[in-house]
Amino acid sequence: MLDVVLPILIFAALALALAGAVRRVRLWRQGRPSPVSVLGGLAAMPRRYLVDLHHVVARDKVFANTHVATGGGFVAAAVLLILVHGFQLESRLLSWALLAATAVMFAGALRVAARRKNPPARLSRGPWMRLPKSLFAFASGVFLVTLPTAGVLPASFGGWALAAVLALAVAWGIGEMFLGMAWGGPMKHAFAGALHLAFHRRPERFGGGRSTGLKPLDLKDSTAPLGVGKPADFTWNQLLGFDACVQCGRCEAMCPAFAAGQPLNPKKLIQDMVVGLAGGTDAAYAGSPYPGKPVGEHGGDAHSPIVLRDVREGRALVDAETLWSCTTCRACVEECPMMIEHVDAIVDMRRFLTMEHGNTPNKGREVLENLATTDNPGGFDPASRMNWAADLDLPLMAKRGTADVLLWMGDGAFDMRNQRTLRALVKVLRAAQVDFAVLGNEELDSGDVARRLGDEASFQTLAVRNAATLAKYRFREIVTCDPHSVHVLKNEYPAFGASYTVTHHSTFISNLMEKGRLTLGEWTGGRVTYHDPCYLGRYNGEYEAPRKALKGIGIKVVEMERSGFRSRCCGGGGGAPITDIPGKRRIPDMRIEEINATKAEVVAVGCPQCTAMLEGVVGPRPEVLDIAELVAAQLVTAPAPARRAEEALEAEVAA
Amino acid sequence: MQREDNGKPTGEQALKIAALVSVGRHPVTGRTRRAEYDARAVEIGFSLAKGEDLYLVHAGECSPEAEAALRGYLGMGIGAIDVLQQPAGSDVVPALEAWLRTAAPRIVLCGARGETGEGSGLVPFLLAERLGWSLVSGLAEVESVVRDTMTVLQALPRGQRRRLKVRLPAVVTVDGAAHAARQSAFGPARRGELRRKAFGTNPDGAAREWTIAPARKRPKRLKIVKASSARDRFKAAAAKAEGSGGQVLNGVPAQQGAEAILKLLREEGVLR
Repeated sequence: MLDVVLPILIFAALALALAGAVRRVRLWRQGRPSPVSVLGGLAAMPRRYLVDLHHVVARDKVFANTHVATGGGFVAAAVLLILVHGFQLESRLLSWALLAATAVMFAGALRVAARRKNPPARLSRGPWMRLPKSLFAFASGVFLVTLPTAGVLPASFGGWALAAVLALAVAWGIGEMFLGMAWGGPMKHAFAGALHLAFHRRPERFGGGRSTGLKPLDLKDSTAPLGVGKPADFTWNQLLGFDACVQCGRCEAMCPAFAAGQPLNPKKLIQDMVVGLAGGTDAAYAGSPYPGKPVGEHGGDAHSPIVLRDVREGRALVDAETLWSCTTCRACVEECPMMIEHVDAIVDMRRFLTMEHGNTPNKGREVLENLATTDNPGGFDPASRMNWAADLDLPLMAKRGTADVLLWMGDGAFDMRNQRTLRALVKVLRAAQVDFAVLGNEELDSGDVARRLGDEASFQTLAVRNAATLAKYRFREIVTCDPHSVHVLKNEYPAFGASYTVTHHSTFISNLMEKGRLTLGEWTGGRVTYHDPCYLGRYNGEYEAPRKALKGIGIKVVEMERSGFRSRCCGGGGGAPITDIPGKRRIPDMRIEEINATKAEVVAVGCPQCTAMLEGVVGPRPEVLDIAELVAAQLVTAPAPARRAEEALEAEVAA
Repeated sequence: MQREDNGKPTGEQALKIAALVSVGRHPVTGRTRRAEYDARAVEIGFSLAKGEDLYLVHAGECSPEAEAALRGYLGMGIGAIDVLQQPAGSDVVPALEAWLRTAAPRIVLCGARGETGEGSGLVPFLLAERLGWSLVSGLAEVESVVRDTMTVLQALPRGQRRRLKVRLPAVVTVDGAAHAARQSAFGPARRGELRRKAFGTNPDGAAREWTIAPARKRPKRLKIVKASSARDRFKAAAAKAEGSGGQVLNGVPAQQGAEAILKLLREEGVLR
């Protein structure tokens, strides 16, 4: 009986799955066009899956093995199932292989079930709780129906009653695994995920690459939407990416805004986008909600607004404050095993809120107006940009025309705290006799804040004007003490015709140390920990240089629990201090707690935003010092060549 | 600020509002922008009328910089601005008067102070005089509009307010105490239309004789507060500007009045 039922079952399920797949693809194709290489992407997909995705999953060793066993076992079992029971190929070898595959899958399913017994808060429940049972049904059902074909049991074993039970088990398993993939069960992640890897919007991320710069909007095209106002305004492969989410909640566990009780949960946001592309409400969502926002009150479809213009009009897919809670720290993106681009999506939606609704919260309006009228977010007189260096006699590019190093000051030039860092950096550069110059008042804000606040128009104006200024001069590299400037100049300006080598001051200083161009004393202070800035670490992959620079002055960094690529944001990125969405606690307070846990007396930083945010926390807390300040304090008074000259002079006098 | 709950326009038909907008100038960088006070006037317009009943008009040159500044108002969500093209150095009042007579709005809003040229300084007064409409200066908030009258709050120094009943149509200048203008968004600013209209020009004879200099901060009389406690200092800071030791001369001959003024000016050291 089974040899009649099974082929029907398998091919009916495959046909239905195909129909579901077509429907799903049409849902994604509601999005706007985005050119991808279809064949190239599909060809690259296995490698992206087996190497890049697995690399992220493998941060959790136990679960990586579980997934390899379950997923690998299933793929092999599915192919063999179709051959052995679908096409009824009579091969002992294939049957035994199928038995092995289902056994491996069963072992994996045991681990999945163990994890689901008492799942951590970050995991979604709901349909995901039945997944281990479905895996068992599939693995054991297929195993048992294969025993006769493998010759272990006689074909007539057990009679029709057992055959019927086994057919039901297989049907359940196939239903979950084949139909669920295309029609939207937990297994959807396998189908959407594979295609998402193939057609990813940032293919540079695979093979160890990095792609973090936001994609520019084409403002010349007046028919294109300004950002994303409704789900269909996303590109089709962004929609596909949302659909790939496995709801593992690793993003949620890393999100500083979620931890602070602000109304954002990256996992929920991606699920809301899935609701948006398929239509409906978020009532079926079974994970942690946005803090303070009950589930079931939001909904929408692909062609209705994501955020309503006015809160009094009711609710749509997402509330604006959810989008404005993000610090763009990229912790979610870094942690996502499916390589979903949360930050891109959030900024896309913010663009619409700022450029169409004109509704940037709190100080947003003021900051954007200041940028338009004074080229800096604080609204300071642009002619006072160099006031901090009135006594330093810094060489100006306008006079020199050329220099080895262009020192990009950043908007920290207006901030009294960061001026200390800048002065320390100048001291170090002079001690190493670096040939450098500054743009002076010609420098404008890099546009970082404008872009993160969604004001792409102001950003592009600033980028084009800065690029024109930079093009006037000749220099080897740009050095800056602001990682936000590093990111924007290095990763986002090339789209505006300005491609330069951009170095963070910590990298530059550690290079100077390696070349032996600095005479430095040894650090005699207490314990030091180092706080990785998001825009240097996750955005630019620079984790080593700051630590090397600190090591160069004899500091042994006491690492925090969350450091390196898992460093927690200070709360200062993405315009978050400007939009200032309330939560239960403040992000910098949480970070200082983590810093305090190391019992450090000094926390070394490398970013003006981090400095401001961490110094804004009430004590007791360690002293916050920039790497440049720490190094400058260890400079032995006169640089080596000058001292030699002095010694020679003394010798002459003595003679 | 429960601006929505004040039972706004209650007239039977839609209330037609006009706002006069000028090209602003940033005080530090001198860049053109939407003028701060005019933008507040437009914001009040939004609270009184739905989009299509709010008309914006600008009289003056239409250079690229001016256009960029005017688009700042469009970015607040206005579909179009009527631009009455006037060359530099012309008197904009006749053009505005003609436009207002045709458009016939019930309320004309403008900022109490412009940022460039003659801005809106005297313009509203001249317009109200020529049209014979009421004029309210220093408006902080419109409380309600009922048929032919509106109730408004006028801003007085030190945060004081005076409630006025005004007969419509009226010309209103908006004070810095009014609600701040909404953000100007790129999308609507780009889509909005500048409807250029040719208008007869009137050279401004009076203005030609003026010398124009950058504004300086007005010198302020030092007020020495001798207070022993924080309460006294607060009272002194928040107190009404009361004239003390002044004189009110009513019904005295002109000669006597002039002498009193001269005497005061000598005492104050204005005349020596």
